[in-house]
Amino acid sequence: MENVYLTIVLAPLIGAIVAGFFGGVIGRAGAHWAASTGVGISAFLSLWVVGAFIWGGAPTFNETVYTWMVSDGIRFEIGFLVDRLTALMMGVVTFVSFAVHIYTIGYMADDEHNWPEGSRAGRNSYQRFFSYISLFTFSMLMLVMSNNFLQLFFGWEAVGLVSYLLIGFWSVRESAVFANLKAFLVNRVGDFGFILGIAAIGMYFNSMDYAEVFARAPEFAETQVALFGGVSLMTLICILLFIGAMGKSAQVPLHVWLPDSMEGPTPISALIHAATMVTAGIFMVARMSPLYELSTTALSFVLLIGAITAFFMGLIGLVQNDIKRVVAYSTLSQLGYMIAALGASAYAAGIFHLMTHAFFKALLFLAAGSVIMAMHHDQDIRNMGGLRRYMPITWMTALIGSLALIAFPGFSGFFSKDAIIEAVGDSHAFGAGFAWLLLTLGAFVTALYSFRMYYLVFHGKPRMDEHTRSHLHETRWVVTLPLIALAIPSVFIGWMTVEPLLVNNWLGDAIYVKPEHDSLRHLAEHWHGQKAFILHGMSAPPFWLAMGGLLLATYIWWFLHRSRPTIDEELQAKSGPVGRILADKYGFDDFNQRVFAGGGRAIGQLFWGTGDRTLIDGGMVNGSARLVGYLAGVIRQMQTGFLYHYAIAMIIGLVVLLTLFVAL
Amino acid sequence: MLAEFPWLTLVIWLPIIGGIAVIVSGDKAAELTKWVALTVSVLTFFASLPLWLNFDASNPAMQFVQRSDWIPTLDIEYYLGVDGISMPLILLTTFITIFVVIAGWDVITYKPSHYMGAFLIMEGIMVGVFSALDAILFYFFWEAMLIPMFIIIGVWGGPNRVYATIKFFLYTFFGSVFMLVALIYMYFQADSFSILDFHTLQIGMGAQILIFIAFLLAFAVKVPMFPVHTWLPDAHVEAPTGGSVILAAIMLKIGGYGFLRFSLPITPDASAYLDGLIIALSLIAVVYIGLVALVQKDMKKLIAYSSIAHMGFVTLGFFIVFTIVRQTGSDDGAVMGISGGMVQMISHGFISGALFLCVGVLYDRMHSREIADYGGVIHTMPWFGAFVVFFAMANAGLPGTSGFVGEFMVILATFRADFWYAFLAATTLILAAAFTLWMVKRVIFGEVGNDRVAKLRDLNPREFLNLGVLAAVVLAVGIWPKPLVDVMEPTIENLVEQIQVSKLPVPNAPVAGIQP
Repeated sequence: MENVYLTIVLAPLIGAIVAGFFGGVIGRAGAHWAASTGVGISAFLSLWVVGAFIWGGAPTFNETVYTWMVSDGIRFEIGFLVDRLTALMMGVVTFVSFAVHIYTIGYMADDEHNWPEGSRAGRNSYQRFFSYISLFTFSMLMLVMSNNFLQLFFGWEAVGLVSYLLIGFWSVRESAVFANLKAFLVNRVGDFGFILGIAAIGMYFNSMDYAEVFARAPEFAETQVALFGGVSLMTLICILLFIGAMGKSAQVPLHVWLPDSMEGPTPISALIHAATMVTAGIFMVARMSPLYELSTTALSFVLLIGAITAFFMGLIGLVQNDIKRVVAYSTLSQLGYMIAALGASAYAAGIFHLMTHAFFKALLFLAAGSVIMAMHHDQDIRNMGGLRRYMPITWMTALIGSLALIAFPGFSGFFSKDAIIEAVGDSHAFGAGFAWLLLTLGAFVTALYSFRMYYLVFHGKPRMDEHTRSHLHETRWVVTLPLIALAIPSVFIGWMTVEPLLVNNWLGDAIYVKPEHDSLRHLAEHWHGQKAFILHGMSAPPFWLAMGGLLLATYIWWFLHRSRPTIDEELQAKSGPVGRILADKYGFDDFNQRVFAGGGRAIGQLFWGTGDRTLIDGGMVNGSARLVGYLAGVIRQMQTGFLYHYAIAMIIGLVVLLTLFVAL
Repeated sequence: MLAEFPWLTLVIWLPIIGGIAVIVSGDKAAELTKWVALTVSVLTFFASLPLWLNFDASNPAMQFVQRSDWIPTLDIEYYLGVDGISMPLILLTTFITIFVVIAGWDVITYKPSHYMGAFLIMEGIMVGVFSALDAILFYFFWEAMLIPMFIIIGVWGGPNRVYATIKFFLYTFFGSVFMLVALIYMYFQADSFSILDFHTLQIGMGAQILIFIAFLLAFAVKVPMFPVHTWLPDAHVEAPTGGSVILAAIMLKIGGYGFLRFSLPITPDASAYLDGLIIALSLIAVVYIGLVALVQKDMKKLIAYSSIAHMGFVTLGFFIVFTIVRQTGSDDGAVMGISGGMVQMISHGFISGALFLCVGVLYDRMHSREIADYGGVIHTMPWFGAFVVFFAMANAGLPGTSGFVGEFMVILATFRADFWYAFLAATTLILAAAFTLWMVKRVIFGEVGNDRVAKLRDLNPREFLNLGVLAAVVLAVGIWPKPLVDVMEPTIENLVEQIQVSKLPVPNAPVAGIQP
């Protein structure tokens, strides 16, 4: 099996190397074939592995590939742990990645227009893009397949690197290179916590290996650390690790980078900033469930952060006009749902939503990309309208994605999101009631912003200029095929997998839940098949709120919009202080820009100007040089060159010495 | 047979004699002298390889030892040897020098033979510093090192080179005279100048503290540690590219090496007593200098400040051992701290060397180091841009590059000592990324800044080779640091045991200050 797993990991890496270093030689077609073949092999084998776990009863694989370093008796290793959780992640990552590779052939086909005339960096940009997305796939696989904390951190930072490279892919755009720096730094704030968490594990467990750490974790359940006036070790470790997850999975207040990351080309928004990388935090917490289960404080913290993100980020989605930013805020909100599920110890539900979301959100992003291509890279939904007539496949698949997103009964998102809300409702964790309220209200918000966007883009009268309108047409098959490929699981995957994942505990040993925390038990015990679950869901508040949102969106942006095409602008103008707060994104960006970016520079300037230049150089260094000069000047006065001065000095000296001798 | 051969003598004197020959031959056949210089540097590197290949990593004692009288009337010996601490540093020296020679190839037009010769002599002297086991021999090399560097900055340096050279010279000289006094004091105690004999001396606490401070003054200036660091940015700014590379990649390491060779083993009680001071200065280096680096407008100054911040990790890793023992009652993690500091030194040699080469590439074309004079370089120099991004990421400690390994080890070790120390140390994840990548953003990315940037041409094959080899090494150490760490650990384990035994004239007492 080791060879299979190595192939899965290395095939995309080889593709990335070929496309990246030899892009000029093999040309565009060579690059997209190399990269897509690598990821294709990886996807095929990953799905085979998933199949082996479903039908073949494949055993958990946990082996070392090589020893990275041995220091102070601790072995740092590179190795794979493939259990059902990992297999599921591998399947999702490689499948979406493969779809995105195909899509990219169409999306990046005329990328030279995005580069200034004569830019040598723009010459092989197409090949470079393929290299990056293959490299990303490699990094993400290293992350999910790791069997230890070191390699987890490796993958964690490597996906961050590729994300940085891809957000700033169009490096000529000031907004893009601002966004990628911001994304990297905000993620580094998360990693700062993450590495301290790893250090804590190193200190107490003397091991980086998951299996060993998890096995010994209960020994430390009662250990206290003398910090912040006494805190449990597990709480400390879990919260530190979770700070990393807050960066990577864009949870409040480290969410600020994700909307800006939309500066990157759309395929990577789908792959990295919706389906895979941003879910690394969710995967990590689920993987660490044996640790998180030992700290109710950490779980409640996770739950509340997730719920707050889910509701409040969804609200911002209402006032966005850039098609990608609407989807980005919806991603933030959905990540919040997953995080909240983890906080309620419903890890399986979080992972379940991760999977369904990967499909329908990648679909929505790719559909948005298809629209953007048709609109000649205009992303403002106020300039769209009526696109369903020109782009039927994009329209239908986007509708499917939107229905899945708002948890329309029967679609994949329905099963996963309903399960999360139910689990949080059944949870006894501190703050679960509040979280449940936010998540339930979130269902209304989700439906509202999703269908606002849907109607403004695909319905109503076309609002684009005549030139653009006359060129509107459905995109090429390399673009629409991935849409269809993702639309299918967006509809069915929930129905198909809800029973094994949530009821029959398919993830098994990969996840550990304390019996008293098991918030999914109620759902499992009252399971009477998917139909009953749908019917049950349709009698609960989340459903009614989602339908309310859908109806309200239909009323405003479909019915009213027909007679008053300016209704959207009017609403935004009338929204008052609430609208302004939302438009300001609660002021996080301004705050960070002033306090952290500005403050950091101001303090640096102060340290440099006052500390280094004035005090140290001016005072200590040049000061001592001046002192030496001054003393030398004083002493020089004595060397007059006149013999009688010296003679007098000698006589005085002699007298003083003699006096001393006599006196003593 | 191979282990018997006087490899160390060869590695010290081959480049020195070669360097003198290059200088004497002058610039009449400039092309030929350059090739001679390159050949000498490559041969020296190959001559240093046996030190690694025949090194017995399991043996913490000195190897490749050579010992003979030098000035017998004063008990001064020609005494050389290497262990797991000095051997990697010698290889770093012989390796980096090759790139310095190549980097100066057609950039240096004024007396290139003297330039190359100075670097070769410098190389031999630095190897001498790392391998000397006689205190006076060490001191001889230590001071001799200043001369070629003084000349390199003073002759081939920038407009303000006189101020920079004098500052550099006085700063470092100021530190080292105190060291000389300490060495002579110990000679009277031990009746020998052998550094290994110093290691076994019993010294009272008062004397230990004075010796420790004397060493600290010498080494802190070299590292450099806050607040005696301000010579470094000035020296870097004025130095030619090769000078900056040697300064950052190797000369700074001599201070760190001194702590391991002298301060810790000779004065463990004083080290334990004063470790709080070193830790505080190290953390100031990480945080304060990190913030100072953020606001630099000159690329070389920025990288110089980044070097100081990174060297903070080295001293932190070296001196965290006592706090670990005090806090946890065991020395678990102490070896990792010192190993981490060592790895950080080696890695910083590659990364900062490469970054200075990168600045040199731009400076040779534009004659400016100001960040504001650039912008959008990626559009005219895509290969160069790729290298800069790579080395910047390594500088920011990205896993998979060598820059991560040392920082990671030191953070892991420091966490055992104190959460807040680790907390402050880990801010480098944010600060190093901020100052490095912000510079990259302004220089490499964005729209083409001006017409001169628009006319830049990408790397020539020689520059490509230089950066490519360094990138490969940075990547190799990041992906598989085991060989490097394995070579060092037995020596460091031995050192950690040694420094926990008190040197106070009371038999078998544990080190003062770390008694729980």
